[in-house]
Amino acid sequence: MTATISKGVGASLRRKEDARFLHGRGRYVGDIRPAGTLEVAFLRSPVAHARLLGVQKPTGLVFTAADLPEIRPIRANSTLPGFRASDQPALAVGKLRHVGEPIAACVAPTRAEAEDLAAACVLDYQALPVIADMLAARAPGAALIHEHWPDNAFLETRRDEDLTDLDAVAAAKVTRRLRTARQHMAPLEGRGVLAEWDPRLEQLVVTTAAQMPHVTKTGLAECLGLDEGQVRVVAPDVGGGFGYKGILLAEELVCAALAIRLGRPVRWLEDRLEQLTANANCREHFYEVTAWADAHGKLLGVEVDATVDAGAYSLYPFSACLEAAQIGSIFPGPYTLPRFRFRTVSACTNKPPILPYRGVARTGVCYAMETTLDALARQLGISAQAIRAANLVPPEAMPYRNLVGKVFDSGDYPEALRRAVAAVDVAAVRARQAAGEAVGFGLSVFCEQGAHGTSVYHGWGIPFVPGFEQAQARFTPDGVLELRVGLHSHGQGLETTLAQVAHEILGVDPARVRLVHGDTALTPYSTGTWGSRAMVMAGGAVAEACRQLGERALAIGAALLQTDRASVRLVAGQVVAGDAAVSLDQVARTWFRSPQNLPANVDRGGLEVTAGYRPDPDTGTHSYAAHAVVAKVCTETGMVTLEQYVIVEDGGVLVNPMIVDGQVLGGVAQGIGTALYEEMPFDSEAQPLAGTLADYLLPGATEVPDIRIEHMETPSPWTRFGQKGLGESGAIGPPGAIVNAINDALAPLGAELLDLPATPARVLAALAKAGRA
Amino acid sequence: MKPAPFTYARPADWPAALALLAEGARPVAGGQSLGPMLNLRLALPERVADLRHLPGYAGVSMQGETVRIGAGTTHAAIEDGVVPGRLGEILAGVARRIAYRPVRNRGTIGGSFAHADPAADWCAVLPALPGHAIALGPEGERRIPLAEFVLGVFETALRGDELLRAIELSALPPATHFGHWKFCRKPGEFSKATACVLATPGAAPTAVLAALDAAPLVIADASALLADPTAEAARLVATLALEDPWRAALARTALRHAAEAAR
Repeated sequence: MTATISKGVGASLRRKEDARFLHGRGRYVGDIRPAGTLEVAFLRSPVAHARLLGVQKPTGLVFTAADLPEIRPIRANSTLPGFRASDQPALAVGKLRHVGEPIAACVAPTRAEAEDLAAACVLDYQALPVIADMLAARAPGAALIHEHWPDNAFLETRRDEDLTDLDAVAAAKVTRRLRTARQHMAPLEGRGVLAEWDPRLEQLVVTTAAQMPHVTKTGLAECLGLDEGQVRVVAPDVGGGFGYKGILLAEELVCAALAIRLGRPVRWLEDRLEQLTANANCREHFYEVTAWADAHGKLLGVEVDATVDAGAYSLYPFSACLEAAQIGSIFPGPYTLPRFRFRTVSACTNKPPILPYRGVARTGVCYAMETTLDALARQLGISAQAIRAANLVPPEAMPYRNLVGKVFDSGDYPEALRRAVAAVDVAAVRARQAAGEAVGFGLSVFCEQGAHGTSVYHGWGIPFVPGFEQAQARFTPDGVLELRVGLHSHGQGLETTLAQVAHEILGVDPARVRLVHGDTALTPYSTGTWGSRAMVMAGGAVAEACRQLGERALAIGAALLQTDRASVRLVAGQVVAGDAAVSLDQVARTWFRSPQNLPANVDRGGLEVTAGYRPDPDTGTHSYAAHAVVAKVCTETGMVTLEQYVIVEDGGVLVNPMIVDGQVLGGVAQGIGTALYEEMPFDSEAQPLAGTLADYLLPGATEVPDIRIEHMETPSPWTRFGQKGLGESGAIGPPGAIVNAINDALAPLGAELLDLPATPARVLAALAKAGRA
Repeated sequence: MKPAPFTYARPADWPAALALLAEGARPVAGGQSLGPMLNLRLALPERVADLRHLPGYAGVSMQGETVRIGAGTTHAAIEDGVVPGRLGEILAGVARRIAYRPVRNRGTIGGSFAHADPAADWCAVLPALPGHAIALGPEGERRIPLAEFVLGVFETALRGDELLRAIELSALPPATHFGHWKFCRKPGEFSKATACVLATPGAAPTAVLAALDAAPLVIADASALLADPTAEAARLVATLALEDPWRAALARTALRHAAEAAR
């Protein structure tokens, strides 16, 4: 039993995958270059909106859309009423709709030569009026990006409820207009694609840095007119996803078509310039929020008009509306909101198409809700803690269904708030403020729906709907346990945590468990790694596959022990009957190599099981957290210093607390980027202005403070071990908590910050607006 | 991005380097600015002349009270104390705050000064120090006062046929006071405002304000700044008529902090 406690669910087992990563032995697309590989550089649009009249090509291998008619446009539809689909051509056809849109593929033995070809192309285009801003996109008479549409909106959603009567009864009412910046996700490894045609198998093999290899396979087959048996997608080690690699890429289609056409391996590796200029593609929201509260801070109603800059196209598979349309359902957050009115718009602009980034819409929503709550609290003269305590869903209400139908599974939200506040010496902050110091205390509380499945996604009608997650568990003849899953581990530590799950069920030492993932030829179909779902879905599927595998092993083991099934059980990797035992190694050896010793009635499926799993209900787990921040503001330069950062997090039962801490810390670092540093500026012609990481600032080790994490572990009643998805959580809370701390520091000066990131220039501008700088 | 094609030359001696320069070659020292510019295809030279292997390009020598720092001396060497005395302490303190150690391991004092990026650290400090930039041209060496070396954004007093050979500085007495302040949101970010003030016993204090997206402001007599840092910083920055109020605030703060530290 000791082994179970130290290596199974709940153990902070060291990560199995770290040996190869820490020794530089990871293998990424950029490390894979078969003999004869040709490299691709893309000629990309230098302008945001233009009619494309022609491309003069230099001598060499240069391919435009006209040269690759076998590629069908990418179409990520949604069946939400009113959604307008956009055809995204793999290479531009007719129009250019954002800077960085691929126009031609230039192919050469080296990347440098391919770039020489791209530089020698001459573009003929006619400039069109540019929609550089999502609010301008909504203005009457704005230039149309998709000319057969009546306006520049992919989708508008609304919930109409008349709230005007609240003015008469509310003790406080605030309205805030808030903006979040367009970011780029900045995984260490960029995108990369290597496409090959295998003539023996008559199969396209695409090695790509992908979070969702099976979805990529389906998309490739659809757009290339192949059957899915003709496509194999391999996702090797992937250096960070965050949503950036949860997409069917135009570049994947082009490389695939070229590999088939040329009969040579064809590779494209994204560089940082492409990533910054063509793919700053997330987080840009605008909110107008009005909130009413009674004298105790209890919310009476909220109205929100939200716009998301969705960019020029609807991307596959998540579509252009996932982010904005979600705002309506997640805005109430962890609170018991009695009345709610919203409108959301997915605005089409001449910017790179939006992708859901870790936290998806929640980071912006949390920022808007949490800063609005603090504005209400300031107006009412009550504390940030008090207004939250007055509105959080109480534990006795769990499971709780809110007014827009979200179902929260479990938890004690007010306790998380209490603990976070208790972890900070707020009185000391108040004393420093009284002495004139610009220091502040800020909070944010939020919940994160994860692992939501069929019942949630079928209503979206986007290109995929997650169903039963499958895992395969099988023994090799020497007793190694192989787990095969269709999702992908790229930082989540699944090679370790799924081994822990298997150990929990079968008692096999995690060192003897191998996770096979990232290859559609070797794994069951899966929608992949997204939506904080892997540990719930694959964890549940692995547990079920191992349970069934264990049953088969027990039957064989019982026969070897010359007893019956009812007399044996699995203990620490052995089939045990009284004092007698056979190891699972011996069981495996018997099935594969000494079948003469098998019982006559043995299950002919052998030691190989594929099992499917879905929580019931599958509306998703809700992890939640409270973030508490102490920030100091330099009123001379506008510089913000994070002095303290505390997180109280409830992710249900933690499979590996150490890995959870890592997930939370990484997410918080990204959230600090959103709060204080990261912003892709665009000029009025929608030209991105940051082309290197010296201009686009990411927080580094010196910008992330020591972060204290406290865990609560309220099991989800709906999942296999009570675990909840929390991979995105850390990235959701920081902007709200940090800006609330800044505004707390600025409040005595009469200043308030509204827009992200809270750069020194914006802090100083807020002070100037208040007449204090 | 990969560089456009160029040829690479490694001159073995100074006459060969000057000959390459005369033929239009672009000189490269540590490559910490030119390297990215080549990769981004912002610089498209036909030929690059690598100066790093020239005799005596790196290293420090003393001639009486004068310290001669080879232009190819790395920031890291200066950080690690290759320059002796009080001057060395001051230079090491500046070098320590240049970007990251990997950049400092390759980047050179001469390469940075000759590149004359307005945000560069040496451009914000060397003009405050007594000394000369030593230019080497077809006619031999020429001495350019440090305060007159940087003329504008990426613009120096070097002629097209000259290379920066060395920096010559006067040794500083132990009682020299020096203040240096720059604003970066994170290490490695280009400075948004840098200032330094040098107060040498028996001489007029000097100051530099830099990272202005223009040539550095060199203040030959900074006595007023030392006397009243806040007021004089405000007055000096007002004369620059900076458009961005934030950058103006940073410039004031930089001058004030540098002056207070030098008192």
